[in-house]
Amino acid sequence: MTRKPSLPFLRLCQIGLFFFLVLAWYVLTAFELAPSFFFGKPLVVADRLYQWFATGKIYIHLWTTLLETLLSFGIGTIAGLAVGMWLALDPFASALLDPYVKAANSMPRIILAPIFAIWFGLGIWSKVALAVTLVFFVVFFNVYHGVRDVSPVLVSNARMMGASSRQLLRYVYMPSATSWVFSSLHASVGMAFVGAVVGEYLGSARGVGFLILQAEGVFDINTVIAGMVLLTIFALILDTIVTIAERRFLAWRPSQGSQRA
Amino acid sequence: MNVHAGDRTLRLDNVTCVFDGGYVAVKDASLTVNDGEFICIVGPTGCGKSTLLNVAAGLLEPSRGNVSVFGQELTGMNKRAGYMFQAESLMPWRTALDNVALGLEIRGVPVDKAREQSKFWLEKVGLAAHKHKYPHQLSGGMRKRASLAQMLILNPEIILMDEPFGALDVQTRQLMENELLRLWSEDRKIVLFITHDLEEAIALADRVIVMSAGPAARPIGNFSIDLPRPRDVAEVRLTPEFLKAHSAIWDVMREEVLKSYKQFEGASHDA
Ligand SMILES: Nc1ncnc2c1ncn2[C@@H]1O[C@H](COP(=O)(O)OP(=O)(O)O)[C@@H](O)[C@H]1O
Ligand SMILES: [Mg+2]
Repeated sequence: MTRKPSLPFLRLCQIGLFFFLVLAWYVLTAFELAPSFFFGKPLVVADRLYQWFATGKIYIHLWTTLLETLLSFGIGTIAGLAVGMWLALDPFASALLDPYVKAANSMPRIILAPIFAIWFGLGIWSKVALAVTLVFFVVFFNVYHGVRDVSPVLVSNARMMGASSRQLLRYVYMPSATSWVFSSLHASVGMAFVGAVVGEYLGSARGVGFLILQAEGVFDINTVIAGMVLLTIFALILDTIVTIAERRFLAWRPSQGSQRA
Repeated sequence: MNVHAGDRTLRLDNVTCVFDGGYVAVKDASLTVNDGEFICIVGPTGCGKSTLLNVAAGLLEPSRGNVSVFGQELTGMNKRAGYMFQAESLMPWRTALDNVALGLEIRGVPVDKAREQSKFWLEKVGLAAHKHKYPHQLSGGMRKRASLAQMLILNPEIILMDEPFGALDVQTRQLMENELLRLWSEDRKIVLFITHDLEEAIALADRVIVMSAGPAARPIGNFSIDLPRPRDVAEVRLTPEFLKAHSAIWDVMREEVLKSYKQFEGASHDA
């Protein structure tokens, strides 16, 4: 029997499960069945979150993380789009750079963080640089394969209608490439966010990642958890915005809902 | 009506197409299409019909031989021609309206003016109610109508069509064929229409040209079809003249079809 549960019932169970887990956490740590030194206490975590917003102390950090995320998403997407289109349309450049692209992509790019810290200092730009390297490859590969897989019939059709090579770029390759950017939006926004937070965590003066780093230094597990909760909510909001953007811009895609991973 | 003096024909002279790997698809094919003529080319699948049409369109440069359009030798794209492709050729990210407007946009017409004309053409092919739909929201027949409008809006002097209705069911296909004849009869452009379906060819054409089986395919038969116009493609099939033409052409075609069938058989045994 695999009958689908009704949606309101499912929601109720999901909320119930949430409260059960929090309650279990509360009980276990209240009686020190799980040491609160390692696991924190839900009420203290909630209080940290409340204080952050009540005192307004959190806004500068949230803003910093958001700014880094947006900047690296923007820069990484534009660079990935441009280089992806270029290599897709220029077979020689593509063949020439192929091994370098592969090497750069398989390198664990987090290790670039110290270099970027030296180059760009502890401000936002070292985080942006790190996150850009993550975003870039997601967008690049999508655009590259997207443009290469453009149906030759579409190209021939546009040429028969009199399109010059510039117009082919504008009317065929660009729309096709941007559609691939949109279909990789979840991944690229996620990468921008991860890059920003990890960058902050590895050395910074501001941002939610910095708060976590600071709290970790004094073994303040409750603040670490509060930071995690905040980041999770932050990520969920970003993801929702992406989903809305996708609905708006990928309306022409068949069964767009089922393509999401 | 156009009042150009002189030559208004589309001519292929001894066109030979050799593909990478040395496969000779078409060899010494010659063909003249006169002004206002509706020509159908039939031949077994894989014989080189699309190849020949691509040469006429300027999408493919022949290895030997040349193409002349209205007396001028063709270099590069054939700017007088419109092409309707066998495969899906609408831009999936554009609505029907914007797809039909595309050609005008490419020619520098402002978008709102292009859309205005696009509406007119969508009405003409019976898609007025679907203009804001994307290709995946249209049925196969509707997509073909949109493709037809997309080509006709540019008012090409030569219309090239590569098995345009091959993927449609019989009823839709006959509707589209009648529609095509109706639109064509308004100003009788040159039409070069490719099909592997002999009945479709006879129902539509003034002249049917039979291609031999590949490799080295070329036209081997040339039949005038004297059925009266306007025609209804479903009814015309029942007339004795139609049946006579059919059996005459089939006599020539049968052998080619068998040849091509045997090649496929042979190939699958070798594999
Ligand atoms: N780009 C190409 N490279 C190599 N062979 C090709 C190419 N295009 C077509 N051919 C071959 O040429 C022959 C004719 O193809 P085509 O003109 O598409 O046939 P048709 O349209 O009559 O079905 C086929 O055998 C096909 O495999
Ligand atoms: Mg073909």
